[in-house]
Amino acid sequence: MADLSALRSMNRLFYVLLALGGLVALGGAYAVFMMEHHGHVISGMNNQIVWGMPHVFAIFLIVAASGVLNVASIGSVFGKAIYKARAPLASLLSIAMLSGGLAVLMLDLGRPDRIIVAATNYNLTSVFAWNVVLYSGMFSLVIVYLWTMMERRMNIFNKAAGLAVFAWRFILTTGTGLIFAFLTARQAYGSALLPPMFIVLSFAWGLAVFHVVQAVIYAWNEKTLDPAILHRKKNLLGVFVIGSLYMVAAYHLTNLYFAHQTAFENFILRDGGMFPNLFWWGYIVIGNLIPLLLIYAPGLGKNKSVMAASLLVVLGAFALLYVFIIGGQAFPLSIFPGYEVSSSFADGQIASYQPSLYEFLLGFGGLAIAFIITTVSVRVLNFMPQDKPYISD
Amino acid sequence: MRLLASLLLCLCIPAAWAAEANAPKLDIGLGGQCVKDTQWMRKNHMHLLKHQREETVRKGIREEKDALKNCVECHASAGDNSVTAREDSFCVGCHRYAAVKIDCFECHASKRKATLAKKDEQ
Amino acid sequence: MSDINTQRRQFLKTSAGAAAVAIAPGMLLYQVAHGNTQAASSKVRWGMLIDTTQCKEGCNDCVGACNKENGLSGGTKATDPQWIRKIELKDIGSGRVTSLPMMCQHCEHPPCVDVCPTQASFKRADGIVLVDRHRCIGCRYCMMACPYKARSFVHEPLENQNPDVPRGKGTVEACSLCVHRIDKGQIPACAEACENKAILFGDLNDANSEIHKKVRSVASVQIRADLQLNTGVRYQGL
Repeated sequence: MADLSALRSMNRLFYVLLALGGLVALGGAYAVFMMEHHGHVISGMNNQIVWGMPHVFAIFLIVAASGVLNVASIGSVFGKAIYKARAPLASLLSIAMLSGGLAVLMLDLGRPDRIIVAATNYNLTSVFAWNVVLYSGMFSLVIVYLWTMMERRMNIFNKAAGLAVFAWRFILTTGTGLIFAFLTARQAYGSALLPPMFIVLSFAWGLAVFHVVQAVIYAWNEKTLDPAILHRKKNLLGVFVIGSLYMVAAYHLTNLYFAHQTAFENFILRDGGMFPNLFWWGYIVIGNLIPLLLIYAPGLGKNKSVMAASLLVVLGAFALLYVFIIGGQAFPLSIFPGYEVSSSFADGQIASYQPSLYEFLLGFGGLAIAFIITTVSVRVLNFMPQDKPYISD
Repeated sequence: MRLLASLLLCLCIPAAWAAEANAPKLDIGLGGQCVKDTQWMRKNHMHLLKHQREETVRKGIREEKDALKNCVECHASAGDNSVTAREDSFCVGCHRYAAVKIDCFECHASKRKATLAKKDEQ
Repeated sequence: MSDINTQRRQFLKTSAGAAAVAIAPGMLLYQVAHGNTQAASSKVRWGMLIDTTQCKEGCNDCVGACNKENGLSGGTKATDPQWIRKIELKDIGSGRVTSLPMMCQHCEHPPCVDVCPTQASFKRADGIVLVDRHRCIGCRYCMMACPYKARSFVHEPLENQNPDVPRGKGTVEACSLCVHRIDKGQIPACAEACENKAILFGDLNDANSEIHKKVRSVASVQIRADLQLNTGVRYQGL
């Protein structure tokens, strides 16, 4: 009897969570409606900062969606049993976050009603257009991959599908990096380091999201994760965080080395007000150093500290993307090197940007979409990792 | 089968009457035939406009007879010089009746050029 | 000469005049109504040569003319579109001050066209870089890609646009080189408005054009020539 009432309260909790997610998503819909009606003037974005807060959310979700599949790839491609048990959950998270991210990206368009034009008039030279194919391809590929895992008769194709997803997500994150890497005119972007940097970042961010969701699911099902598995996975997160720190450092150090880029680096790393603060405190300290401490410090590295480390990595991701996307645009474009410039169009000035409530509503709406897809799927299908007794492989 | 068809046909007749009766009464401005006859234009004006917009914007072929601007010049109301200002304005009246959204006038002017120029000078 | 004769002459005169009055607008209308039915030619490359030595500091005539011609509000808020702007330059080394108008440079290899996912940004056969607003979805990638910050996004709903220059909320826009004037055989509004004749407009490919001769004879530069975009707008005296 007591068991039944516990079940009921869990049931109620599920619907409460769903309602909360729905409410946040509704807030996003409201923001979209308002931005459609009044135009982007009600957002904080302007002609200098053309991509704002929605893009920070969208790019986080898309990059993490690709990175979370790393868990699945280690299982399917490299045949590690504990990861293979987690591949379905990783795939689900990937689909959920991809949906959320793409929704934000599309609904932020000036004319989202015309999105079909992106399919009918395709520009082969546009990275954006490539990404339309990459995203939709990823979406369908991951669904097939899930099918090969969850339908016994399809199991034989699992390895092939896993391999395809593995290759596809590398190309996809490369595509995301290329959006910026091809912007040769802007000091912050236009670097060949960006695609690999985004790939390594995606590993860390994806795994961090995975840890958070996994911990919640285990708690929900009142199970505990095998400490040996946790130990392996937290070490992996540690390696990814160190790797991403290395890529970000390499990106800034190469920039610092080029004389024409030093002004930009000084701005981002030292003089730019909130941007250096966000970079050093938000990304480096909160997003990297503290998580590494939580993972590796003796006596730490247990369930709770891994959970905290993962959450901090996600926070750091937002800080880094804000600095990268907004800071990169805020620094004045160098149109006339060697001159001091001024104009009515903010030439030579640091552009100002105040994200508006609507942008946050839209961004959180994207997160809510990912949340709803995950919650409902975990409820109706079996995504709980099924571990055999732990064998080291 | 035949019975069913004829029954359906019979049902159509009052529907057609009703449609005729409800048909919007438009303020057609100057009116008159310019490009093609009225029936043809009712059915096909959108194809013409779509074709012309590609020609004009992308290739620079400005066949002004087929330009939206030219449609507005004649069909704007004599009263308010607009094709969209009122319920019975030339474009709005019919599109509302047919329940088709017009996406032209978010960018294109819906008033005669002369009246816009006059306003500019004021 | 009888009265009748005079009357008859008078009558003929008036009716001929009336007929002329009745027919002439029709003929005029006929000519206007046909417009320019020729497609833009790839033999032509429209361009501008801007003489910065003739551009006066603080003078905004070109900007005003552009705003009027294209129906821009003239506002300079961060969300207001600006198709052309005056930039004041000060050489960091020598302190020499230069003033110049900046707008879409109408590149031969425009980055905005490369990155546009829907081919809304395109280059017309005669070298004019335009936005096809029927296709623009408002992603703003072109604004990220443009090295000259030439493009603006329409942040607010608009009304009472110039019938020759349709523009609207949610799409990106930029200097069109006054394409609607060029197609009528006129020169861009900014070039016409400049009292000092600092803006020379013409066909860079036409060996007899003034701009072609001048580009050959005086030193001119392209802005951000290092990007090798081969701009249609050149600057002299920089």
